[in-house]
Amino acid sequence: MKSHVLSQLRSLEAESIHIMREVVAEMQRPCLLFSGGKDSIVMLHLAVKAFAPARVPFPIMHVDTGLNFQTVLDCRDRWVERTGVQLVVASVQEGIDRGLVQEEPNGSRNRIQTPVLLEAAEKHGFDALFGGGRRDEEKARAKERVFSFRDDFGQWDPKNQRPEIWNLYNGRVHQGESIRVFPLSNWTELDIWSYIEAEDIDLPDLYLAREREVVERSGMLYEVNGFTPLKDGETAQVLSTRYRTVGDANLTACVESGAATLRDVVEEVAAVRLTERGATRGDDKVSEAAMEDRKKEGYF
Amino acid sequence: MTTTLPEATPEGRNELVTGDLLRFATAGSVDDGKSTLIGRLLFDSKSIFADQLESVEQVSRDRGNDYADLSLLTDGLRAEREQGITIDVAYRYFATPKRKFIIADTPGHIQYTRNMVTGASTADVALILVDARKGVVEQSRRHTFLATLLGVPHIVVCVNKMDLVDYDEQVFEQIRAEFTEFAARLRVPDLTFIPVSALAGDNVVTRSENMPWFDGSPLLSHLERLHVASDRNLVDVRFPVQYVIRPQQNDARDYRGYAGTVASGVMKPGDRVLALPAGLETTIASIETADGPVEEAYPPMSVTVRLADEIDISRGDMICRPNNAPTVTQDVDAQICWMDESAALVQGKKYAIKHTTRWARAMVKNINYRVDVNTLHRDEDATEIKLNEIARIRLRVTQPLFVDPYTQNRQTGAFILVDEATNKTVAAGMIGTAGRQY
Repeated sequence: MKSHVLSQLRSLEAESIHIMREVVAEMQRPCLLFSGGKDSIVMLHLAVKAFAPARVPFPIMHVDTGLNFQTVLDCRDRWVERTGVQLVVASVQEGIDRGLVQEEPNGSRNRIQTPVLLEAAEKHGFDALFGGGRRDEEKARAKERVFSFRDDFGQWDPKNQRPEIWNLYNGRVHQGESIRVFPLSNWTELDIWSYIEAEDIDLPDLYLAREREVVERSGMLYEVNGFTPLKDGETAQVLSTRYRTVGDANLTACVESGAATLRDVVEEVAAVRLTERGATRGDDKVSEAAMEDRKKEGYF
Repeated sequence: MTTTLPEATPEGRNELVTGDLLRFATAGSVDDGKSTLIGRLLFDSKSIFADQLESVEQVSRDRGNDYADLSLLTDGLRAEREQGITIDVAYRYFATPKRKFIIADTPGHIQYTRNMVTGASTADVALILVDARKGVVEQSRRHTFLATLLGVPHIVVCVNKMDLVDYDEQVFEQIRAEFTEFAARLRVPDLTFIPVSALAGDNVVTRSENMPWFDGSPLLSHLERLHVASDRNLVDVRFPVQYVIRPQQNDARDYRGYAGTVASGVMKPGDRVLALPAGLETTIASIETADGPVEEAYPPMSVTVRLADEIDISRGDMICRPNNAPTVTQDVDAQICWMDESAALVQGKKYAIKHTTRWARAMVKNINYRVDVNTLHRDEDATEIKLNEIARIRLRVTQPLFVDPYTQNRQTGAFILVDEATNKTVAAGMIGTAGRQY
């Protein structure tokens, strides 16, 4: 007799598909935030599955900081080509040129991409934005709802979130308000990688290890390239490295790794003892409450 | 212990990983050590990352603590850290080679009953913490009542802080006896007691050498082995239509599929089915996923069902079997937990109601009684229901709903009420005895 028990990955997949269908059925104009990182790619993959054989019935938006790894842009364009999904690009550089935002002294465009994102969402009338956030990433995210309510300034109020009971999601909003939806809420980093391997999902090759010329700064390894050139007095070394997250090219560090295949990555993630944000994102290290503050401003 | 490595097999859709998914909700009073217990589960199952642990140790040192405060791992928001309490449901994840676990960590304060209801709504197991020194207190009773109200099939009572009562078997047995007597008045299908010390690690992941008199399993092994497959309703086919897939594309112009999540039952191609509210019968032509057709669909699979005949079906409709249909009714008797702090539920007020994938409007016809969650006493004179109160009410709905009693079906027996002015979710509802028969 068949057991009729769904495996953990297929349970997570089914839940994510349920969430995406629910949003498309109930919201006026959803959009998927696409960074080109592995989580947003898994989300797009799930969207393709949720509506097959129809095309994905909403656009994807890339908030382009102008600090992209070329391989990430190439991968984005392959996905657009293959799925026929509509791509909206919101440019941070253009926002700087127009005076909407100002460049930060440390060169990070992570924080200033928020106003650009909110402006683009408003211009296009998006009332639901899919984000790839996972609750296992960071403490402030552990309490995030799947349907996260934002006021008309795009802000998150942790005290004013709707209870989520069963799988009965409430996406009702007034004019100007919106929701962020996190279909990957219950996935962990290991789930994501196991799924990428099982489904053979197309990712930027940054995630796989190869020999890179790198320089060490404050305990982090940065590839020597146009975004992060060698400074005076620094010496480069060649190490086998890979990227665990994909952010701004001038701030995202790589880690030493021999994981050259998806299987290697799954095994490495299963064994690794450092959360991915802590390992490679200089911009998250500021304070223990850093993420909570950024979320309140409308960051994902 | 290592983390689960999935077996990637090219042919096996359901064999990617060997383990299944278990959701559990934790509840306890303020100082029962719930956060410490969860911290201990994460820590001892090696689900804590080095940088998270480093941060906890740093903060503990800054505060002058003698030992790493594992509760800091789960107290997420700044307000909570400052007040040292947990104020909202937090979700935690860990995996062992046998299972992936999702923990809904719910606060124990009296004013946050709604969080317990939220956490318990999807839980397979409720973990109730009892302080060995204090015994069964009001909050233990309330949490157990809420867990049974939400239909959680397994309850595990962790008698914590056994180290502070010299690991005394008599203390444990007394609490077990008292709790068992209280639980006899509730619907508890499976009740287990485990003596633990979250702080010292006794009987959490590894068997305690301090309590040789206890012959049961440590908490983690119990959770790993708990049989939850038969908790699901595989008998009554209920498929709420979520979305109709009709590609406006040249390559699939005639395609029409009904997308949804199987709420209960097992569906197969060739099955005779009844579509509600149309009341028309047809046959399942195929059950599809993006990976191709499947031979069976069961909960919680998300699939697309194609029917042999063209019937007008849209979102909110229900597919079931002709000889096993839910009750079609506009009159709903239900227990509700009120979740809104700004306004009370009163007779005559109208709300939006969401039941499966169907939205309608509902008017409160009657408040039958309010339940005192501590004594289970019924107050039949109640005229309004306030935040965190439980009541039995009767609703009149603008459209028929396709319902089953919550005790038989946690999907088709559940609904939420939404305030039409604020759009806030204000109540969780569990349907009782059915209304008029279709």
